[in-house]
Amino acid sequence: MSLIFPRTGLQAHPLNNSPEYRSTLKRAPSQPLILLPHTLSETSGPVFGHAAVAEGDSDLTRQHAGEPLGERIIVSGRVLDEDGRPVPHTLIEIWQANAGGRYVHVKDQHPAPLDPNFTGAGRALTDAEGRYRFVTIKPGAYPWRNHHNAWRPAHIHFSLFGPSFLSRVITQMYFPGDPLFPFDPIFQSITDAKARERLVSRFDLQTTEPEWALGYQFDIVLRGREMTPTEEPHEH
Amino acid sequence: MSIDRKAPLELTPSQTIGPFFAYALTPRAYGGKELATEQVAPEGVAGERIRIEGVVYDGDGVPVGDAMLETWQADAEGRFNAAGNAGFTGFGRAETSAEGAYFIETVRPGALLGPNGAMQAPHLTVSVFARGLLIRLATRIYFDDEPGNTADPVLALVPEERRATLIARRGADGVYRFDVRLQGEGETVFFDV
Repeated sequence: MSLIFPRTGLQAHPLNNSPEYRSTLKRAPSQPLILLPHTLSETSGPVFGHAAVAEGDSDLTRQHAGEPLGERIIVSGRVLDEDGRPVPHTLIEIWQANAGGRYVHVKDQHPAPLDPNFTGAGRALTDAEGRYRFVTIKPGAYPWRNHHNAWRPAHIHFSLFGPSFLSRVITQMYFPGDPLFPFDPIFQSITDAKARERLVSRFDLQTTEPEWALGYQFDIVLRGREMTPTEEPHEH
Repeated sequence: MSIDRKAPLELTPSQTIGPFFAYALTPRAYGGKELATEQVAPEGVAGERIRIEGVVYDGDGVPVGDAMLETWQADAEGRFNAAGNAGFTGFGRAETSAEGAYFIETVRPGALLGPNGAMQAPHLTVSVFARGLLIRLATRIYFDDEPGNTADPVLALVPEERRATLIARRGADGVYRFDVRLQGEGETVFFDV
């Protein structure tokens, strides 16, 4: 399959210069980006096979001796390209806070308890139809110091590669109806409301397993369209 | 000819990597299995061994201690994803230290074809992720001892006075130095990809 990578969809992304999110102030470049023609260096990318993912990596509730605390959930969906075709066998890495809103990371100082039965990191490869599935715990909201009384809406970080350097993306998946959305400068850094909605997972009864776990669907669209022959100019 | 195509699906927007990615993406200190590391070329990979190191700085010149760099490159023959070659993937991942420092150990990439038949000088393609970056920054690492730099079609797109920010300098110890300045004086050139 030969792909091209149009730039037309890129306006969905937030700008690094988003001053409401204060960490951008000293980190966003001040010079304009330089338009790069796509060469082999950009249209190629690393390929990860089954060796990258171990049995059980996609179930974050079974990585320790006991079960983690919190609301058990299933997060599944499809990874697609801009033409709507599945992106098969592509790597997804996720990480998240525990049910109390605390990350395992050593620098997380939020005074909520760590859970000895929850690390919060997972990996999966999409199948031939681009589908993936994680079992985890619904992460808690947590405070941060961006501004007075700042809280992050509950989210799961997603890291994806897709077929090339150009399709590489790291994003965050949110949960439907979170009351913190209007107050979160990271979510709101995406200025188009419809683009923001694409980061909100959908509760799905089909994905939900009776007596076991609530299900959420989250589809991800990566860069890439099929190469098509260009129109030949006709002589008149 | 033309092909009727339905409207494209809309892209999933990017969000910041945030400050707490290490236990998932660069989990050595947490005892986790690493997808990729600073060691890009296992033993047996053909090519000249090189080390690149540097510091990531913010707009105040303060080291960025919570960034992740990913590198992507051709092998010594200028090929991507070539079969064999001792399992060389061409992909590296490095977390900055508390002092903002990173390093990559790999083989010197070969030259490769660029736009319109021009040859590209050896380079690494780099993504920079960090708290405070809502979308990754894309840049390239070239090498100061490569004569092909003068004819490189991508370097030619960069204003001459900023070109040096893309070129790693080899020290007396043989190590290439490549600092990343996110903002302000000496700001690294980042690309719109």
